[in-house]
Amino acid sequence: MSNQGVDPGRRRFLTLATTVVGGAGVVAAAVPFLASWKPSERAKALGAPVEVDISNLELGQRLVVAWRGKPIWVLRRTPEMLESLKKVDSSLLDPESKAKQQPDYIKGEARAIKPEVLVLIGSCTHLGCSPGFRPEHPAPDIDPNWQGGFYCPCHGSKFDLSGRVFKGVPAPLNLVVPPYRFESDVKIVIGEDPKGVA
Amino acid sequence: MAITPNPYKTTGFLGWIDDRFPLTKLWKDHLSEYYAPKNFNFWYFFGSLALLVLVNQLLTGIWLVMHYKPDATQAWDSVEYIMRDVPWGNVLRYLHSTGASAFFIVVYLHMFRGIIYGSHRKPRELIWIFGCLIFLMLMAEAFCGYVLPWGNMSYWGAQVIINLFGTIPFVGPDLVVWIQGDYIPSDATLNRLFSLHVIALPFVLVGLVVAHLIALHEVGSNNPDGVEIKKHKDPNTGIPLDGIGFHPYYTVKDLVGVGVFLIIFLGIVFFAPDGGGYFLEKPNFTPANPLSTPEHITPAWYFGSFYAMLRATPSFAGTQIWGVIVMGAAVVILFFLPWLDRSPVKSIRYKGPIFKIALTLFTIFFVLLNYYGMQPPSPTGTLISRIGTIVYFAFFLLMPYYSKIDKTKPVPERVTYEAH
Amino acid sequence: MKPTNSVRKAMLKTSLKSLLAAATLVVAGQAFAEGHALPYPFKPDTGNEASVQRGARNFMNYCSGCHSMRNLRYSRVGQDLGISDDLLKANLMFTSEKVGDHILSSMPADASKSWFGQQPPDLTVEARYRGPDWVYNYLMTFYVDPSRPLGTNNLVLPGASMPHVLWELQGLQVKKAEGEHGAADGEGEHGGHEAGAPFELASKGKLTPDEYKKFVADTVNFMVYAAEPGRAHRVSVGYKVILFLLLFTVLAYFLKREYWKDVH
Repeated sequence: MSNQGVDPGRRRFLTLATTVVGGAGVVAAAVPFLASWKPSERAKALGAPVEVDISNLELGQRLVVAWRGKPIWVLRRTPEMLESLKKVDSSLLDPESKAKQQPDYIKGEARAIKPEVLVLIGSCTHLGCSPGFRPEHPAPDIDPNWQGGFYCPCHGSKFDLSGRVFKGVPAPLNLVVPPYRFESDVKIVIGEDPKGVA
Repeated sequence: MAITPNPYKTTGFLGWIDDRFPLTKLWKDHLSEYYAPKNFNFWYFFGSLALLVLVNQLLTGIWLVMHYKPDATQAWDSVEYIMRDVPWGNVLRYLHSTGASAFFIVVYLHMFRGIIYGSHRKPRELIWIFGCLIFLMLMAEAFCGYVLPWGNMSYWGAQVIINLFGTIPFVGPDLVVWIQGDYIPSDATLNRLFSLHVIALPFVLVGLVVAHLIALHEVGSNNPDGVEIKKHKDPNTGIPLDGIGFHPYYTVKDLVGVGVFLIIFLGIVFFAPDGGGYFLEKPNFTPANPLSTPEHITPAWYFGSFYAMLRATPSFAGTQIWGVIVMGAAVVILFFLPWLDRSPVKSIRYKGPIFKIALTLFTIFFVLLNYYGMQPPSPTGTLISRIGTIVYFAFFLLMPYYSKIDKTKPVPERVTYEAH
Repeated sequence: MKPTNSVRKAMLKTSLKSLLAAATLVVAGQAFAEGHALPYPFKPDTGNEASVQRGARNFMNYCSGCHSMRNLRYSRVGQDLGISDDLLKANLMFTSEKVGDHILSSMPADASKSWFGQQPPDLTVEARYRGPDWVYNYLMTFYVDPSRPLGTNNLVLPGASMPHVLWELQGLQVKKAEGEHGAADGEGEHGGHEAGAPFELASKGKLTPDEYKKFVADTVNFMVYAAEPGRAHRVSVGYKVILFLLLFTVLAYFLKREYWKDVH
């Protein structure tokens, strides 16, 4: 085979161009396959916001509901509980909730829209176990500075009554506050931001 | 312990691999130094396209199984779930359903190529037989897949096809119940067809495709002139004078084929996935209903010819098994083609008028059979189907005679090719 | 080499021709076999969003009492037709509260079976099952027939067990007398003729005949949308894919030509 009329530059260019365009095509063809793993409309519908009625929730009591399959805690905190939050600051890893474990409109040590009503996703930030509610105090078997909080049975992570993580435990972050809003004084919608907040 | 260095003298990482695994050898044997005749024409695109469609079916199939429920109470809804709720699910499903039809179009054209250029003739009999087995498996695979959406056409299609086994004397009725695992096509049937469709048959199919290609690469490709390029080799290199490396020459050529094919294929997927009611049939847009048969029970279009032969055969001696036998024989007879063709030449280019007339009649009647197989029964349809069935079988069974007496033209020593 | 080559081309042509001839036969036969017994021609237009929205309202008001669309979610309708959740809840959702729910009918299955002899079918993909033109004609061709238990019959689905739910809107029509019109034999052979309708209005409805036609067209457009909500998306993706493939194929063609310069 003689190579008359062959232009190596043109051949290189065409090979490169076809490879690049073909490669882009293959990448684009992967989109339907990868995207189909995202939550389907059914998963989204099942994960739709849930309404919680807290009219019967008494002071110091906790309610557990499911949202997107996860346990959601609603705790009506007593004034003493709110008082106690300050006392544990020194034992905490992130007392000011700097890590983004809550929506922007959740601020301060109470980590709540209304301080007396705490809403948390009840799964440990270590490996996802659901910590137990341990309001009793003092409880030296848990921590010398225990003012009540949540204790994870799996690996011993400790959280205060705002879901803030203690120092020296496996969990690296505070418990997550889900987006939620008050539909009325006694009705919370979990999974939706307050109106007017994007 | 020193290992024997690989004969390709590759070094570095590739050398490390080649010392342990024949990577360079595989590449050379099957691509860069697989020498294919340089005179391939339009008909030679369909082999690589069949491979492309197979890959499409495997990938989209694997993805559909991630969302589909093989359960008679949930299957239909799960298909609608894929169509509506799964992101891009409709595209994945249309790729698969259109792919099924594309597979048959491509394979039918691929087989037609084999017939016109004598690609089944010695020494390529095994390639042809593996190919026929692939076709047979493809039919089984398509039937099982057709049942899975559990629409009303799925259900009644399953009913009719499984009942073909019921025509077997003595054991027929029990056999049908055994195949169904129930007294009607039911959840048990759906589940076993699902298992066959997604596990067993794909395994066999892929295995057969590998065997088909190994056999091909052992003896080398035929070509439109039907001459053996290995007869004339370069005395220095041992490379056939009319052979060119599959890579890059046919890989780049097939890329063009892939491009054109995808324009048509994806055009259908995105703009007309129903395929005019042939790729997705209207009666299958309602869930399976054991109490109501669709007005026209028709098989999927790609079974039309064989179904027409089934219907064209009258019952005789109190049994309908003859139709089933005729239909089965229509597939089985393909396997014998290498030995039915006694012509001294392989390619239609050098065959005489008898073969050309026979082939033209065969092609026209095959398409007619396919058409009437999809129509509701009618006197015209039955008549033409009967003539078609006779023509179909005559084409094969008379071939030993007419291929021998046919006038042939002298076959050139080398392939005919003009550089473009 | 020349003569053999031309022979080859001729052969290729003959084989292609025979294929084509056979294909033409099939197509011609098909066109003949598709002769519908539908008196009114209809082409759906799901691109007309306002019409589909009106159709959604019609469906929810007049159909969803008995017929479900159990594979379609309200939220999907909202997204695709640009209807906010609040508007959905206020205007279209009568049987459920959550926008993510499927459109289910409020009728108990058992009761409906005893009332109508069968459970009203789910209509999610009805438009793909029967075809849009069939659904349109079905809704247009209820007529008075005292021999039926509910007093009406249907031209395209004789013996329909569904009552003429829309009679208040359409009014009541009766078949024209035999022989007055070619299509009056109930077979509606003159498919495609606008004047093929074999009916005359016996009592007027709330809507004029033209308004009623529009009402039905809107409703069918919605049903066509509902049968395949992903249609608009796939079509829009399709154009991009085909454009891309044209580019790719042109490049591949030039690449092939370049490499094949080696082959003589």
